Amino acid sequence: MIAETALAALWLAAAMSVLQLLFGVVALRPGGGEVTSAMRPIAVAQALLVGLSFLLLIQLFLRTDLSVGLVAANSHTMKPWLYKVAGAWGNHEGSMLLWVTVLAIAGAAVALFERRLDERTLIATLAAQAAIGLGFYAFLLFSSNPFERLFPAPLEGNGLNPLLQDPGLAFHPPTLYFGYVGISIAFSFAVGALITRDVGPAFARAMRPWVLAAWIFLTLGITAGSYWAYYELGWGGWWFWDPVENASLMPWLAATALLHSVTVLATRDGLRAWTVMLAVVAFSMSMIGTFLVRSGILTSVHSFAVDPERGAFILALLALYIGGALALFALRVGTVKEGSTFDLVSREGALVANNLFLSAILGIVFVGTLYPLLIEALAGEKLSVGPPYFNSVAGPIALALVAVMGAGPLLRWRRDRVTDLVRRLALPLAITGLALLALLLLAPGLGILPLVGLVVAFGVGAASLAPLWKRNLRRTPLFTWGMVISHLGIAVSLAGMASEAAFTKETLIAARPGETVRVGPYALRFDSVAPIAGPNWTAMEATLTARRGDGGGFVLRPQARTFNAPRTDTSEAAIATRLDGQLYTVIGKADEGGRWQLRLWWKPFVTLIWLGGALVAFGGLLSLIGRVRRRRRDGESHA
Amino acid sequence: MKPKTQRLFLLILAIVAVLAAVLLAMSALKDQAAYFYAPADVAREGAPQGRNVRIGGMVKEGSIRRAADGVTIAFVVGDDSPHTIAVRYRGIVPDLFREESGVVAEGRFQPDGLFVADEILAKHDENYMPPQLDAKKGEHKSESLK
Repeated sequence: MIAETALAALWLAAAMSVLQLLFGVVALRPGGGEVTSAMRPIAVAQALLVGLSFLLLIQLFLRTDLSVGLVAANSHTMKPWLYKVAGAWGNHEGSMLLWVTVLAIAGAAVALFERRLDERTLIATLAAQAAIGLGFYAFLLFSSNPFERLFPAPLEGNGLNPLLQDPGLAFHPPTLYFGYVGISIAFSFAVGALITRDVGPAFARAMRPWVLAAWIFLTLGITAGSYWAYYELGWGGWWFWDPVENASLMPWLAATALLHSVTVLATRDGLRAWTVMLAVVAFSMSMIGTFLVRSGILTSVHSFAVDPERGAFILALLALYIGGALALFALRVGTVKEGSTFDLVSREGALVANNLFLSAILGIVFVGTLYPLLIEALAGEKLSVGPPYFNSVAGPIALALVAVMGAGPLLRWRRDRVTDLVRRLALPLAITGLALLALLLLAPGLGILPLVGLVVAFGVGAASLAPLWKRNLRRTPLFTWGMVISHLGIAVSLAGMASEAAFTKETLIAARPGETVRVGPYALRFDSVAPIAGPNWTAMEATLTARRGDGGGFVLRPQARTFNAPRTDTSEAAIATRLDGQLYTVIGKADEGGRWQLRLWWKPFVTLIWLGGALVAFGGLLSLIGRVRRRRRDGESHA
Repeated sequence: MKPKTQRLFLLILAIVAVLAAVLLAMSALKDQAAYFYAPADVAREGAPQGRNVRIGGMVKEGSIRRAADGVTIAFVVGDDSPHTIAVRYRGIVPDLFREESGVVAEGRFQPDGLFVADEILAKHDENYMPPQLDAKKGEHKSESLK
């Protein structure tokens, strides 16, 4: 009965979204005011119904109800409960249901808490959101019903894809989805404002927390995904330019640009049309992300559904929404009034530069990710665009962007003088020069990109902190702290990337137990290899004792694992984290002479990459808290 | 600056920036687009020199040789065509790297036609085949690369 109840709730939720759309249209017509009051309760009801449906799906997974096809295909009675729960969204249908659930809950939150937006714009926003939701309901109900029964029910389920049985990965998709959905709310705001011709600072202030929240989740998702690839795949790299990675990077780039242009609109009433355009682009990117990951068009670690019909469905939705939004934009952009103006040398000017650079990078990643798909569709030829393209084209622009990021916050709004800027930048510039000098002296022969990367990281790190200079730190608003910490996080990340590229030491050797191997500052004694057994795998485990100078040793145990069912071999790297870097060890195969392949890396300061990512997200969180708090205070003073 | 001139200026700036990015991207793509080579492609177009590419195919039966240092291997990659590529790799091969199975290698061609790989990407499970080869075999399977 649970599955039927859940399906009924899903149908009712879909009906609510139809109602929400229709009421919205009526309410916006002249004289349609009487249905206005129904909009908010309908949005809440929709969220409750679809939320119920999703909870029931989790319940089905927890009970391992094998008469439901989705459960039988993706679960197993013996699975730990965490993976039973995660199994609910670790598949195509479940993840789509999660998507629409988050969308509806976010819509309900807008309906309940958004009080400052103009009533008509709010209604248009809720209607636009209902329209987005409707497409996904149709998708679920007609093409990917998660509650379909299986008859006869099998005795045992298939189990979850072993790659997904990792606590980090269980929560990775929801994190990204919160990001995608947050952006869709920002998009609804933009559509709402276009419909009621109300693009202005009030709309920007209402939209900003949603962009910020979405951006925080995307940042976390990308950071976590990168670390997962680094420790789990055992190849020592942290970014692969895999299309699925790009699918999350593109919305992030667009959301980052949007976040900055929305600030210009909210505080200075500039960049009106551009901000709306970016909201459309950002949402398009999150739809394209969903499409790339879910349509099975890509061959990747992450895509686990291949079904052309579904791909076509998402593609049709994509065309409908993006096309519709662009058409609306084209129709209404003429009526978007000019905002206020500014000098090119000003905070606004720097933010425009930021937007241009981000858009350029977005364009490059977009072309590189979709070009192979396009060529395959048109010419039937398979090709792949790889890291050399992305690194060589996007890398230099990213460095320029980071440099602008350092100077931007030190500029005044509206207009500023170059000489004043140089004076404010004097200290960071001096630090940049010192860093350059020190690196040239201490690390000669450093490659040009790592050198520039490290120098820029030091300079921008110093410049990021400069806005706090001579300020009363206790009275500095929380969102200023947020900006400072996020920018600092980017510098920290950049320092990590450059150090990793510049200073990594690698040793690759075939060694017998008893031998000692050196890598970077460490000497590792290869003590032994022994077989061990886990719950559903066996492994050969090496014991390595690492010593640095005369210090005490510590033990690393890399494994070469073999899973029983299905038979898969994986290597489990052993990683030791120290203050100044990570020691990364992998064991390979044995040869006839009793030697084992060992691959050892000493990666100085590599952890800064993800620490920086976490700082960026944390800064976003501080800003969000600061904004919400100020809004509440302003709201009270208005009342 | 008058508001109108400023808008025009910004618009032109934006168009120039995006055009520059796209041109940059396209010129880089022209170099990198033919990034994946099967033995038949190399036979037809010659081995690309001086840049990183990926090659892919099936590891020929009986072709894997280990060097004395224990970490360098040499093998031969073939496809449906009569052509082959000789590959040398120093490193730990992926767990499912074996004869008669699909492989993708990243690296450079030497002037003598030997391919020196920096990285070997192999399938994650028994059904994997490099997507580029897969199409040639007619049957589509989508599984993980790396």
